[in-house]
Amino acid sequence: MSRKYELVYVVSPDATDEQVTEVHTQVEGIVQRMNGQLEKTDNWGRRKLAYEIGRHKEGTYVLEVINGDGELMKEIDRRLKVTDLVIRHLVVRVDEEQLVVDRTRNRRTETTRRRRVARGLPPDRQPGEGQRGEPDDDRDDRFDMGGEELR
Amino acid sequence: MNGKKSFGGRGKSGSSSQQGGKDAQRRPMFRRRKVCKFCSDKIDDINYKDVKLLMPFVPERAKVLPRRISGTCALHQRKLRTAIMRARQLALIPYTTE
Repeated sequence: MSRKYELVYVVSPDATDEQVTEVHTQVEGIVQRMNGQLEKTDNWGRRKLAYEIGRHKEGTYVLEVINGDGELMKEIDRRLKVTDLVIRHLVVRVDEEQLVVDRTRNRRTETTRRRRVARGLPPDRQPGEGQRGEPDDDRDDRFDMGGEELR
Repeated sequence: MNGKKSFGGRGKSGSSSQQGGKDAQRRPMFRRRKVCKFCSDKIDDINYKDVKLLMPFVPERAKVLPRRISGTCALHQRKLRTAIMRARQLALIPYTTE
């Protein structure tokens, strides 16, 4: 049973770029060994932490999207727990939520289209129409917010 | 059309005993009807990675902003809470401020 998971881990700020890549390779290795797929990797770079973890005030965030089963994630979780370089990590299962989100979004666009056609308009919004633009659907996952605002 | 809550219960403490004043007391306090930000902006996905979206709901003391103040609907408040709790685990959002 393959599911989709998101893994985010925070690597200690003392770690070099090579060490960060090493953690990534480790994760990749486990994924491959246990018949999973690494769908996406995203390095958010160094970020200030909202609170101190141990003595650290910042950390390097890495996001991995993984297809695999629960056993695989269990193993990754266990490995990251014992890796001292990783100061925090979080595994979230996303496939079901994604399904719900997609469904509501599709339903909404369909309704809008149907209504627009009923009003004698083309199904899609024309440029320059309406008061304000629709929020971007492909919002970037990253945040370029300064640490000061977190205080 | 007018506010979703009736503010009748509020003046009960004593001053409402003057009959004529009751209405006059209530009227001038016009409150704008609060709407759920996520419903009106059509944000389906409240994601823990999206700190920019979450921060307005985590005021100064870093507590989750209650529904009665933000006007968020129950469904979205629940999703918001989960997102905030996840973001907190990753130190994207503080648990508290000192």
